[in-house]
Amino acid sequence: MSGVRLLVGTRKGAFILTSDGKRKAWDVNGPLFAGWEMYHLKGSPADQDRLYASQTSGWFGQQVQRSDDGGKTWEPVGNEFAYDGVTGTHQWYDGTPHPWEFKRVWHLEPSLDDPDTVYAGVEDAAMFRTTDGGKTWHELPGLRGHGSGPAWQPGAGGLCLHTILLDPSNEKRMFIAISAAGAFRTDDTGETWKPINQGLKSEGIPDPKAEVGHCVHRIAMHPSRPDVLFMQKHWDVMRSDDAGDSWHEVSGNLPTDFGFPIDVHAHEPETIYVVPIKSDSEHYPPEGKLRVYRSRTGGNEWEALTNGLPQRDCYVNVLRDAMTVDSLDSCGIYFGTTGGQVYASTDSGDSWHAIVHDLPAVLSVEAQTLQ
Amino acid sequence: MIRVVLPVHLRTLARVDGSEVEVEVSGEATQGAVLDALEEKFPMLRGAIRDHVTHKRRDFIRFFACQEDLSHDPPDTPLPNAVIEGQEPFLVVGAMAGG
Repeated sequence: MSGVRLLVGTRKGAFILTSDGKRKAWDVNGPLFAGWEMYHLKGSPADQDRLYASQTSGWFGQQVQRSDDGGKTWEPVGNEFAYDGVTGTHQWYDGTPHPWEFKRVWHLEPSLDDPDTVYAGVEDAAMFRTTDGGKTWHELPGLRGHGSGPAWQPGAGGLCLHTILLDPSNEKRMFIAISAAGAFRTDDTGETWKPINQGLKSEGIPDPKAEVGHCVHRIAMHPSRPDVLFMQKHWDVMRSDDAGDSWHEVSGNLPTDFGFPIDVHAHEPETIYVVPIKSDSEHYPPEGKLRVYRSRTGGNEWEALTNGLPQRDCYVNVLRDAMTVDSLDSCGIYFGTTGGQVYASTDSGDSWHAIVHDLPAVLSVEAQTLQ
Repeated sequence: MIRVVLPVHLRTLARVDGSEVEVEVSGEATQGAVLDALEEKFPMLRGAIRDHVTHKRRDFIRFFACQEDLSHDPPDTPLPNAVIEGQEPFLVVGAMAGG
């Protein structure tokens, strides 16, 4: 019997929402790790019962939790994220050098084929890897050691590595994104990295076309076509057809091209979704109408999806890790809001319903399609 | 035995019932030695009270005992006799922070 498990991270705990393949009735389990900020939870593609969770607190720091039974029970695993070698500095808000300081894990990306291997994107921006199921974490220093590292400067949300994409056709290739440094790619399993920001244009930095310094919010890829990437930048929705070597804008007729998440339909590589947000200073939907926009042409031509979503007095935000898709025959799309709703569509976005209305602010949503 | 009071989130993390745990300290009962013993008994607390490597106290953690704030004492400072003798607990406190 197929089904869906949603792993929901919020400001005050985690929730697991489960349903059968019909996705009409949902069980809500939580809060797990009540009171902690749960930045991200994700299951292993190689073992649907192996889950990892990033648990953080301004008081008590970082924990990583692991479940081997689909979230019924959890065990804390290793939480030491020590930068490799000389710590070095990045640029602080006032332009002075600032030592790298670990603050939290933003994103956990389990390996596609090994449940014990997981990549962690952290703040201050760096990438770590475990190969022992989370007991120990080791930095991939080539990223932070990239020549541009000392020039990276945090955005308002911190110098966070928030996006990790693994290329299913090439185990040596990964893509990551950092706010506010930009996107990077490795072709040698993380030994060396190159910035892939050519074509991005950001008016908020001195050189709008600089090699690094862009505030990339999210990158998405369809696994069948890993050279095609879609990006929601601070402003602008972008597309690359050459694995990030160059980008072009596909914002088209969006009402605003500011936003955080971007995702790709599970079965239609040219169908993509964004949630336009009014502006960088007004983090809510334009006109108080919560609208997901769908493009079936890989960008430029967008349609508003509104059926079942609030179309008045709605002033929530949808954060970068808070949209996901399942891979059932009729693709499910899900997103969580800072108002505590988790919305679901079981028909590729044509209609929506709220699974839950009143959770704490949602930081992340990940779907697992259960076999 | 040294009695240690933990804040609720660390009790949950360490999976202990009640507000107090007890740790045994070999050698001089200093603040650092108590924290070493606490982390030895509950490894999941490593990094949650002080830094893994430098052992610097986390910003929003405080240490109280006998109605005194010991947070700024050097780690090798002996604890008060009342704590060493088990009459008073050593309190690990999540500081009031926020609005």
